[in-house]
Amino acid sequence: MRIKLEKRAEPSRFMLFATPVAAVVFTILIGAVLFDALGYDGLGTVKEIFFTPILASYKWQDVATKAAPLILIALGLSLGNQAKVWNIGAEGQYIAGALAGALVAYLTPGVASHWIIIPMVIAGVLGGAAWAAIPAFLKTKLNVNEVLTSLMLVYVALQLLSYLVTGPWKDPNGHNFPQTAPFTDAQLLPHSIAGTFIPPGLVIAFVLMLAFWLVVSRSVYGFQVRVVGAAPSAARYAGFSANGTVWSTLLISGGMAGLAGILEATSQLGQLNLGFPSNYGFTAIIVSFLGRLHPVGVFIAGIVLAITYVGGQVAQTTVHVPSASGGIFQALMLFLILAGDVLVRYRLVLK
Amino acid sequence: MTMDFIISAIVTVVGISTPILLAATGELVVEKSGVLNLGVEGMMLIGAITGFAVTFTTFNPWLGVIAAAAAGAAVSMVFGVLVLSLGSNQVATGLALAILGIGLSTLIGAGFTGMIVPQFSSIFPSVLSHDPFWRVIFGYSPMVYIALAIIFAVGWVLNYTRAGLVLRAVGENDLSAHSIGYSVIGIRYMAIAFGGAMAGIAGSYFSMVITPMWAERMTAGRGWIALALVVFAGWKAGRLVIGAYLFGALMTLELYAKASGFQFLPSQFWASMPYIMAIVVLAVISYRDRTGSEAPACLGKPFLPNS
Repeated sequence: MRIKLEKRAEPSRFMLFATPVAAVVFTILIGAVLFDALGYDGLGTVKEIFFTPILASYKWQDVATKAAPLILIALGLSLGNQAKVWNIGAEGQYIAGALAGALVAYLTPGVASHWIIIPMVIAGVLGGAAWAAIPAFLKTKLNVNEVLTSLMLVYVALQLLSYLVTGPWKDPNGHNFPQTAPFTDAQLLPHSIAGTFIPPGLVIAFVLMLAFWLVVSRSVYGFQVRVVGAAPSAARYAGFSANGTVWSTLLISGGMAGLAGILEATSQLGQLNLGFPSNYGFTAIIVSFLGRLHPVGVFIAGIVLAITYVGGQVAQTTVHVPSASGGIFQALMLFLILAGDVLVRYRLVLK
Repeated sequence: MTMDFIISAIVTVVGISTPILLAATGELVVEKSGVLNLGVEGMMLIGAITGFAVTFTTFNPWLGVIAAAAAGAAVSMVFGVLVLSLGSNQVATGLALAILGIGLSTLIGAGFTGMIVPQFSSIFPSVLSHDPFWRVIFGYSPMVYIALAIIFAVGWVLNYTRAGLVLRAVGENDLSAHSIGYSVIGIRYMAIAFGGAMAGIAGSYFSMVITPMWAERMTAGRGWIALALVVFAGWKAGRLVIGAYLFGALMTLELYAKASGFQFLPSQFWASMPYIMAIVVLAVISYRDRTGSEAPACLGKPFLPNS
């Protein structure tokens, strides 16, 4: 008896929704077994990583705070992934956005009006987009693979951040710590909206989710992105520009990552330091796939991944697993969602 | 510049280039078969911790290297099953492998921080290996010679043997290779396993040769440089060696710059240099090869013949 894959005439709607859920369930099961095998408390680990952040209401703010940048970045990445434009460097664009926004803040220390936030955020978006423009330029003009260039630029952005916070931007009153001076009160957004646990970034993420949904499902541009990804030659006949799609998807995803970066800096950290990069740019790739590249799916998936971030920290202190444990669960989830993809397009047949 | 300086620079460059060369050689074979595995960084880290852990328990670095190769190959099979048997997206699956390797190596390595393993002893008499001049040829870890032997063997197999021809055929035209009776999937599985083993050995070089210690994420992005190197080399084994030494020279420059005179530029500038150079080099190479004729034609495309 052999198992064979048989192509479905139509992608299965049921599997499209069922496989991400199954991926999360199997991640929990496999994770428990794996951590038991490694000599940790497997059940305790999955309980802390997946359930404590949901059950303990004092963790909700933490989850919402981590979900915001993940969703923002993944919304942009999903657009590119549909066009098969692979932006792997969102982490670098996230840093570049924060740096650009912070530059505006440090150039205008005397401005006492809260309106300064707006140019800061715009600079953040532009900074992220500019960082993504490098792979876009190289891809469209010189045919350089965007996977490698966008990724290399993450390392360059990390070094740039390190240079600025230990050199020219170092806080003179910071006791020699590698950090910038704190933003002024006018330059800060609140941690969360008054009276709730919702950070401003999550509200923005929700509004942008609706906007992306509209664009993807109702606009010619959304259709163009899908056609360029699924059938490049058909896209050429239809007059859709492949280069234009590369540019627009990279600029949009870079801009979204930059937005996430400056919002994180101004509403959560209040300054920049060496601990600013948190791998959101890489984790957002998982969010994008777990959310099936759909804005609503991405929003839900962002919350799921945020739970593993928070839960990973909980598990470190309560069941003493290393800090990398959350990352293992995230990788498992991505493997399982990719394996699940096959069930959307194919039927398993026993022969 | 004195002779001493030149020799010590060469010794550093060759040493520092070796793991990139090993990993890139493995990836070259994988890509020649038509598969793009972006998980090199993760497989290297798995190799680094496995080699370290086995050497630490057995006091035998050779067993460590073999275990590192086996672990790299084993973890690459997770990628293999997904992209070959299930036809999943290679870019995303490779990334998942990288993330898994980073996480898993940190988890396993948690108990090994701060410990030290015995290193390889030189295979040449110390008269030669410590001679101020002859150490430029004889003064390396055995792994350096093994790496060079492997890359020459791979170059020869790819270009002058039937096995190499079949591998290239699978990467250039999978349907034709399939129709004349070769198992495309089987050959790709073997290529991926070889790539995993090479990445595993490359990783063990970090934790057993460069330093005798394990540290989280100690490969520091060299796996990604190895991927760039394959493109730089135009998928040719000979150019891979030249490219690896070029990147090695850049990294050596960073070391010297940090240690001495070039302090008018910040150390972060030198640290980002290999990545900036990789981008520049990719741009130049890709411009010359605008049609993409050097890359294997089936690179990155899933093969599902009966569908």
